[in-house]
Amino acid sequence: MSLQHFFRHNAQRVCSACKQLHNQAVIRPHRHQSAVKHGLPQLFSDVIHAHNFSKWFFRQRRFASSGPPNKYSVDLSQFPVENIRNFSIIAHVDHGKSTLADRLLEITGTIPKVPQNQQVLDRLQVERERGITVKAQTASLIHTHNGQSYLLNLIDTPGHVDFHYEVSRSLAACQGVLLLVDANQGVQAQTVANFTLALESDLAIVPVINKIDLKAAQPEVVAHQMNSIFGISTDEILKISAKKGTGVWDILTAVIERIPPPKADASQPMKALLFDSWYDQYRGVIANIAVGDGVITKGEKVVCMSSKKVYEVHEIGFMHPTPLPVEALYAGQVGYIITNMRNTEEAQIGDTFCHERSDVQAHPGFRPAKAMVFAGLFPSDQSEFVALRSAVERLTLNDSSVSLHSDSSPALGQGFRMGFLGLLHLDVFCQRLEQEFNTSFIVTSPNVPFKVKVKGAKNIKEHGGSEVTILNPCHMPNPSVIEEYQEPMVKGTIICPDQYLGSVTSLCLDRRGLIEDQLNIDNTRIMLIIRFPLNEILVDFFDDLKSVTSGYASFDYEDAGYEISSLVKVDFMLNGSVVDELAMICHTTRARDTARRVCEKLRETIPRQQFGIIVQGAVRSKILAREDIRPFRKDVTAKCYGGDISRKTKLLKRQAEGKKKMRKIGNIDVPKDAFIKVLKR
Amino acid sequence: MASNIIYRKAVNPYCKLWKVLNTPRWFSAQSCSKPVEGPSPVVNKERAALYVHWPYCKRRCTYCNFNKYISNDVNHERMRRCFQVEATNLLRDSPVREITSVFFGGGTPSLAEPRTLGAVLETVSKEAWLAPEAEISMEINPTSIETSKMKDFQIAGVNRSSIGVQTLNDSALRILGRDHHSKDSLRCLEKASEVFKKRTSVDLMFGYPGQSLDMWRKELTQMLSLCDHHISLYQLTLERGTQLFKDVAAGLTVMPSTDEMADMYFAAIEILDSHGFSQYEVSNFAKGGNYCQHNIAYWTGQQYIGVGPGSHGRVWRPREDGTHQRHACVQTLEPENWMWEVEKFGHATRKSTSQTNRDILEELVSVCLRTAWGLSEKNWSAIVTSVRLDEFLSSPQTVHWIQKGFLRKTAEGLKATPSGLAILDSILPDILVDIDTLMTSHRLSNQT
Repeated sequence: MSLQHFFRHNAQRVCSACKQLHNQAVIRPHRHQSAVKHGLPQLFSDVIHAHNFSKWFFRQRRFASSGPPNKYSVDLSQFPVENIRNFSIIAHVDHGKSTLADRLLEITGTIPKVPQNQQVLDRLQVERERGITVKAQTASLIHTHNGQSYLLNLIDTPGHVDFHYEVSRSLAACQGVLLLVDANQGVQAQTVANFTLALESDLAIVPVINKIDLKAAQPEVVAHQMNSIFGISTDEILKISAKKGTGVWDILTAVIERIPPPKADASQPMKALLFDSWYDQYRGVIANIAVGDGVITKGEKVVCMSSKKVYEVHEIGFMHPTPLPVEALYAGQVGYIITNMRNTEEAQIGDTFCHERSDVQAHPGFRPAKAMVFAGLFPSDQSEFVALRSAVERLTLNDSSVSLHSDSSPALGQGFRMGFLGLLHLDVFCQRLEQEFNTSFIVTSPNVPFKVKVKGAKNIKEHGGSEVTILNPCHMPNPSVIEEYQEPMVKGTIICPDQYLGSVTSLCLDRRGLIEDQLNIDNTRIMLIIRFPLNEILVDFFDDLKSVTSGYASFDYEDAGYEISSLVKVDFMLNGSVVDELAMICHTTRARDTARRVCEKLRETIPRQQFGIIVQGAVRSKILAREDIRPFRKDVTAKCYGGDISRKTKLLKRQAEGKKKMRKIGNIDVPKDAFIKVLKR
Repeated sequence: MASNIIYRKAVNPYCKLWKVLNTPRWFSAQSCSKPVEGPSPVVNKERAALYVHWPYCKRRCTYCNFNKYISNDVNHERMRRCFQVEATNLLRDSPVREITSVFFGGGTPSLAEPRTLGAVLETVSKEAWLAPEAEISMEINPTSIETSKMKDFQIAGVNRSSIGVQTLNDSALRILGRDHHSKDSLRCLEKASEVFKKRTSVDLMFGYPGQSLDMWRKELTQMLSLCDHHISLYQLTLERGTQLFKDVAAGLTVMPSTDEMADMYFAAIEILDSHGFSQYEVSNFAKGGNYCQHNIAYWTGQQYIGVGPGSHGRVWRPREDGTHQRHACVQTLEPENWMWEVEKFGHATRKSTSQTNRDILEELVSVCLRTAWGLSEKNWSAIVTSVRLDEFLSSPQTVHWIQKGFLRKTAEGLKATPSGLAILDSILPDILVDIDTLMTSHRLSNQT
């Protein structure tokens, strides 16, 4: 069935949020009111009415229906390369990226126009709750411009810095971006980071100012900012309100006119870039691909260039915004394929698909996402370890950026040491683990991977190399064999009103930041480029920044390699016995504070026992902090008669059970709770 | 005493037991002042202590989380009948032939009619042997009305009283929500000494909000001039669900610190010791051997039967093969339901759990070590023979606590030293782990 046929066939079936039809949970044709109003020429829409939008949505997402009916099949061959645009929206958090995506989907008729359309592309519960995008999504829109049908592939990207790798991957499949800035908040730290990223990828940039409907909107000021920071001419900037729909139409025109079509040739041998993948419980790996040259057809065999493995294409299609199967994808198009890949590891992001015995040039691939933040993950109860492990494994199927090592602690039992891209990533991962798998677990305070250089041939051999990365402080080599310490650094960008410059500067210095650059972006706002040790911004930095600037500062950071530093390992002792799992690595200047803070926490959480306990924090043999837990002299139940005996014995039995599990340091019983309180964030 | 005889002249159906019953009792009111030997013979399945629970109170004390109900129209007639029915049936279902002591607790048993208590005693002596000199205790609330009933209770058969004085500080009595004044207590005590002589005990409490160490010393010394036989003293414990707990949680009242509490406890031991009292259990002190027999039964692993709403029992029941199985029983909690069940089924045993030897042993160790006599070989081997007491005494945790000076080996077995007694709750979990290990390894070695 051709696309035109499809349009004709469906011309009467286009609709929007017609409430009366929601009473009938069936597909029913009727006219699309807004289509008439806007004078939209043709609309391409799979209109499905159900009682409930989300139910419909869910069914589609899961591919639960028994094979899509024929009428959905679309022939994409009539979109030549020059009628294709692949673009992405980049913006700071909350600048309206997902709302704009919703509007674009609506006005092109990709989704019915109903009030429930909020963050349609954000499918995870965590995304909807937090209002952030975690996983990139694609959606193809069909739009007619000057009598020509265009296929516009929107690749929605996460906004947050932690998900930079998702952004850069998505950008590799694009030729242009919409740079979205909030008319009220102006250019923010992430806007800068994302702009740089787009510029590095050599993409066409369409600047857009959003939320012009707001009372406090200052589109002129923001346009000036964009001009001074990015060198964007103010005439180029589109001014819209994604919420109201104002100016969204012009965006489509701009996308078609300003963004070049992909460089692709349908007559060349097939070559497709795998730029993302996700895992479906029922169908296995679903790979998002951007077809470079040639045609990829359902049923044919393709080769994965890195592994040389051959796969059969079971299903091929594009996202509209839910998966819509087609017969073939042509040069320049973006879609998905389902092959018999069983796990996301097979689907190496950045890999290239081609036909058998074809000798195309492979895509250079992406730098693998690098874990920057590590944390321990332990089940709340050891008996739940298996459940936690299976939940973690299933979740990492869909998030290959999480690194996973098994870990065990005498206090917390068997667990994992996991590497995350950043703090938000860690948060999101934990929230998903909780919500989607209903597991209960403990996350330890995050730390960064330090590096040390060891000296002496014997030591180098023992540690398997002169450079040792330390993920777990317990595994730090003896200081006497360490030649040099290194810690990971980041380049941070802070944008804030200039009246807060003083307090922001002192906060940064306090966090061992080094201000590298300072720039006035307009009359009132200032941008700082600061080099931070990553470890310093892990805990509470963003909160502190917000509180010293009354919430006006924005912050973003990117990896800036390792730097030589002066680090020490702080050990904690209870009556002279070292508690291994509490060891911490920190900068020399932080040692005393850390020691004091942890000792205090231990004093609060370790129950008094019948002898005194001395809690000490020390670097090597030097004691930095000390707390005393005084002994108790009385601990005995007053009443013990008939009913009390039952209650008492029950309690004692439980305590005896607990004793068996309790971690003994020397002869001191340390409840698990104490470890959790100290280690937890 | 004449009245006692009336109830007990009922023909004793177990004449052949006379021999058993004539064996010397370890602690009668007349026995020597210092405990030398284990206080009670080995568990005897034919003897039991009896507890009777009167569930009603006039008002709610702010610290109390006991099973009690505030009711203005108690059906005394019906309660009496139900007590009788339940006592009869529980006794008939057990191998018990002798009741060694009876204790009327509550609630506020002194609010009951004296004839209710009399009727229970009469029933008991019909079903089992109740020796004329057996201890029949009751808790008495020191209000004037209840004081006036004291003589009637004695006529009904009660021969020992435990007076709920709590404190002689009137403002503290208000905080605690008690309905009496210190002068009521004094009058009540005077009367009790007159009626029950040496078998008079006082319940005292320390550690109430606002109490200082000095106040406590004075109060206790004053108390000793009035009651010179037996004192139970309790540290006020905050229990969930009580008004006091809520007040403390809300910051309305402040409890003394744990260190102050410990000071008060040790001061009390010292004062009582200087007055010739011996601490025969964590919270119980007696002078001149005036121990509470009923409580000693609890602390030596004896059998006890609970009658009345929410009362607990530890009862041996015959098995088909002629041996006996010990059960932990609880009666139905609410008085209304309890009465309904008693009327319908003859008793209101809500839950009866059979206890393994390990359960019994754990319970025995936990209570025995609270007493001055400690855990004896006799008590131990009456329950398990597979694991010997000296195996337990040489297991790691127990040895550790002995070495630290908190436990001490004696000729009879094991007991807590004075410092150990004060921290027993932290010792017990450790030594229960030892018992668990011993029993488990023994079971495993038996299997192989």
